[in-house]
Amino acid sequence: MSDNFSSDPMLEMFIFETNQFTEQLEQIILDSEKSCGFDTASINEIFRIMHTIKGSAAMMLYNNISGLAHSMEDLFYVLREEKPRNVNYSGISDIVLEGVDFIKNEIAKLENGKPSTGDALALVEVIEAFVTKIKSCNDIAETPVNTAAEEQQKFYISPQALPITTANNTYEAVITFDEGCEMENIRAFSVVHSLKEKNVVLEFEPPDIIDNENSAGIIRQEGFRIVFRTNMTIEEARTLLINETLFLRELEINVVETPAEPVKKRKEIVLEDDLPEDLAVAGSVESEDAQPGSKQSFISVNILKLDRLLDLVGELVISEAMVLRNPEITVLQIESFQKAARQLEKITSELQDTVMSIRMVPLSTTFHKMNRIVRDMSKKLGKNVQLAIIGEETEVDKNIIEHISDPLMHLIRNAVDHGLETTEERLAAGKPETGTVTLEANNEGGDVWIIVRDDGRGLNRKTIIEKARESSLLKKNENELSEREVYSLILMPGFSTKERVTEFSGRGVGMDVVVRNIEKVGGQILIDSSPGTGSVISIKIPLTLAIINGMAVKVGKSSYVIPTTMIRESFRAREEDVIRDPDNNEMILIRGDCYPIIRLHKYYKKKEAVTNMQEGIIVMVENEFRGACLFADELLGEQQVVVKSLPRYIKKVKGIAGCTLLGDGSISLILDVANIINQGEER
Amino acid sequence: MAQLKENILDKEYFEDTQKDKYLTFSMGKEEYGIEIRYVTEIIGMQAITEVPELPDYIKGIINLRGKIIPVMDVRLRFKKEFKEYNDRTCIIVIDIKDISIGLIVDAVSEVMSIAEQDIVPPPDSKTGFHNRYVKGIGKIDNGVKLLLDCDKLLNDEETEDLSLPV
Repeated sequence: MSDNFSSDPMLEMFIFETNQFTEQLEQIILDSEKSCGFDTASINEIFRIMHTIKGSAAMMLYNNISGLAHSMEDLFYVLREEKPRNVNYSGISDIVLEGVDFIKNEIAKLENGKPSTGDALALVEVIEAFVTKIKSCNDIAETPVNTAAEEQQKFYISPQALPITTANNTYEAVITFDEGCEMENIRAFSVVHSLKEKNVVLEFEPPDIIDNENSAGIIRQEGFRIVFRTNMTIEEARTLLINETLFLRELEINVVETPAEPVKKRKEIVLEDDLPEDLAVAGSVESEDAQPGSKQSFISVNILKLDRLLDLVGELVISEAMVLRNPEITVLQIESFQKAARQLEKITSELQDTVMSIRMVPLSTTFHKMNRIVRDMSKKLGKNVQLAIIGEETEVDKNIIEHISDPLMHLIRNAVDHGLETTEERLAAGKPETGTVTLEANNEGGDVWIIVRDDGRGLNRKTIIEKARESSLLKKNENELSEREVYSLILMPGFSTKERVTEFSGRGVGMDVVVRNIEKVGGQILIDSSPGTGSVISIKIPLTLAIINGMAVKVGKSSYVIPTTMIRESFRAREEDVIRDPDNNEMILIRGDCYPIIRLHKYYKKKEAVTNMQEGIIVMVENEFRGACLFADELLGEQQVVVKSLPRYIKKVKGIAGCTLLGDGSISLILDVANIINQGEER
Repeated sequence: MAQLKENILDKEYFEDTQKDKYLTFSMGKEEYGIEIRYVTEIIGMQAITEVPELPDYIKGIINLRGKIIPVMDVRLRFKKEFKEYNDRTCIIVIDIKDISIGLIVDAVSEVMSIAEQDIVPPPDSKTGFHNRYVKGIGKIDNGVKLLLDCDKLLNDEETEDLSLPV
C-alpha cells in the first residue's frame, strides 16, 4: 500500500512544503498589492519564505529554484533593510508572481516524477536589474530617518557590517525539533547552512548529519547542538535561530565562556505550538484565518485513509441494519435488546456524521486562488476588476474541491474576459468604472451552490443563436427556445461567442469541459443573464460525493439505483400510449413532447423482468434538458446510498456510474443517466 | 493493518513460511494449485450482482466486507462448461498487483507444499486448451497438480478488452 505514495520521503516533504509556501506567498503578494505596498510584516514573511525555499531547494540540489529564490530573497532584503521609497510595487508583484509561477511549475514537474529542468536565469536577471534600480534610487533618496527605521526593524546584521574578526561572542545552542517532523538531520543542516552565511560555525553535534541517516534519530532524542561565533547579542542570535528553524520545539542557547565576555545566565525558551512556522505548514486548510498566536491543532492525513474510514463506517451502518432488522430477532420483542439497539443506532449515526465532517474542507483556499487570476487578467486586459468573495467558509467534500477548481477558474476567466465590458464601455453605460466579479458559495439543503456573478454586459440571446446556427448546434426552431435553453447553448462543445481568441479564453473548448467536470461530481450548471446588467452562472453540487439520494428500482432479480437529481417523474403508462417506429423503437408522448423509452431489462439483458407496459413503471429522467423514459419493473423506494466505484479490474461499463450496498448487504448498480440518454440519442 | 504486514515482511518471515506452499482446488477431474501468497481468503458462494457487458466468465461483483470485488468463474475462463453452484463451490479471493478478484472453483482441497524440484514446466505444444494459464505441473505422491499463473488469469489480452469504448 505504501508504495503507492511517493518513494522518496525527502522529495515528498520538499514538494509539500514548497507548495504550501508558494500558496502562502501568492496570498501575501495579492493582499499587499490590494493595500498598495508591502508592510514590514509581509516583507519579513516573504523574505522568510524565500529563504526557506532557497535552503531546501539547495539541499535537494534544485539549483534553478534555489537561485531564483536567492535573488528574490535579495530583492526583499533590499526592501527591508533600505526602506526604499518610490518603489514600483506592482512591478515587484509582477516579478515575484512570475517567480512563484516558475517555482510552482518546477514543483509540478517534480510531482509528476519528471526532472526539474526549467531555467530561471532570465528571471534572475530581471530581478537583479530591479534590485540595482531600487538601490540606485535609494542612494539618492537616503535620509537619516530611514536608517533609524532600519535599526528597529532588522533581525539580521547586514553582511557588510560584519567582518568575521569582530565576531567575538561564542554561543552554544541546543535545538529540539517537533516530534514527528521527520528528517531532523536535514533540518539541522539547514540551520547550520543559514548560520554559516553570516557567522562562523565552530562545531555541531552529531557531526555527520548529512551522510549518516541515523543522525536524525540522535537529534530526535538528544537535540541538535551547535556552537557558533558571532557578534550578535544572545537575544539576536535567539531571534535568528527561531526565525530560521522550521518545526522548532525547544531552543536552548547559552554563552560559551570567552574571556572577553561576562558569563551570561543560561536561558531557555520553550516554544508553544503557536509558532508561525507551524502555522505555515499546517496552512493547507486554514492558512487564511490562521493568525500567529492562535492555537492550532491540525494534522494532515492521507486522503486514502479517510476513504477507507468512510468505507468502514458505511459497512458498519449496513451490518448494523443486518443485525437489528434480522427477521428472527424482530419477532422476539426483547425490551433490553431494543434499548441496546437504539443506543447502537445513535452512536453509529453520530459516527457517520463525524466521518463525513472530517472530509469537509472550506472552499476558501480554492476561492482565494481566483484572486490571482482576476489580478493577472485585469492587468493584461486593461480592465479594472475586483473580485468579491462571499461565503468562502462553506465546506464541501475534499474530492469535490479537486474537481471544481478548474471549472471555477474557467468561469472566472470567462466572466472577466467576455462578461465585463471595457472601461470606456462601462463609463458610457453609466456603470462604475471597476467591474465586479462575485464568487459566492452557500449551503442549501444537501447541496452547495457556487455562484459566479458579473456586472458586465450579460449574454446576448441573438448573438448566441446566430453563433449556434453557424456552428450547426441549433436543432430546434429558435423561437421555441426558452431563455434558459438559449443560454445553455454556450455550454455545448464547439461554441464560442468571442470573435477574438485571447490568451485567457475564447477557444470554444472551455465551457463543455466545465460542464463535464461539474457533472463528474454530480453537479449541474444553470445560467441566468439579463442584458446590460450581467450574468449569473450557478453551479449546484452535492455536499458530498460519497452519499447521494437515489431511487432504487427493480428489474428482474436485480435492483438499480437512479440518482434522484435526475428523476423528473414516474408513472405507469398504458400500452396504447406507446408509439413504435418502423425500427421498433418505442416512444411516448408526454405533455406534447416525445421521449424515447429505454427498457432497462433489454438494456441490461435481464431475464425474468416485467415486459408488459402496464405492469411495470416508467421513470422519466432528464439531463441537460434531454429526457428519456426508463422502463423498470417496480420502484423500491428512495434512500441515501453510499457510492462506491466499480472494481478497477472491470474498468468502465457503459451506463453504470458505480455501485452501492443496500441495507441487506446486496450490491446495487447506480445508473449513469447522462450516458444512457446520450446512447439513446445515438441510436 | 498494512503497517503490520510490512513489519512482518521486513523480517522476511512472511516470505519463508509461504514458500512452495500452494492452495489446491478441484475443478472437474483436475486438481489445480495457486501460490498461497496470492490468496487472501476463501469464502463460500454468495449472491453475485451481475454487471452488464462483461465477458461471461466474469460473473459480476460481490461485497466482501464493504469492498466490491469482481468474481471470475474459472470454469468458464477455461472454456469448460458451466456447472451449477452448490455448497461445495467456493470463492478464492486473490490479490495480485493491488487487484482483488474472486475465483469461483468447484471445491477447495488443501494447502500443500510442492518443492521447486517437483515442478516441471508444462508441455510446450499448444495442444491443451488451458495451457496458457498453467505455468507448471507439480508432481506429488498420488498425482499431479496444475499450477496456475494468476497473473495471466487476470491480465490476459482478453481481459484487456473489458474496457469497452464509451
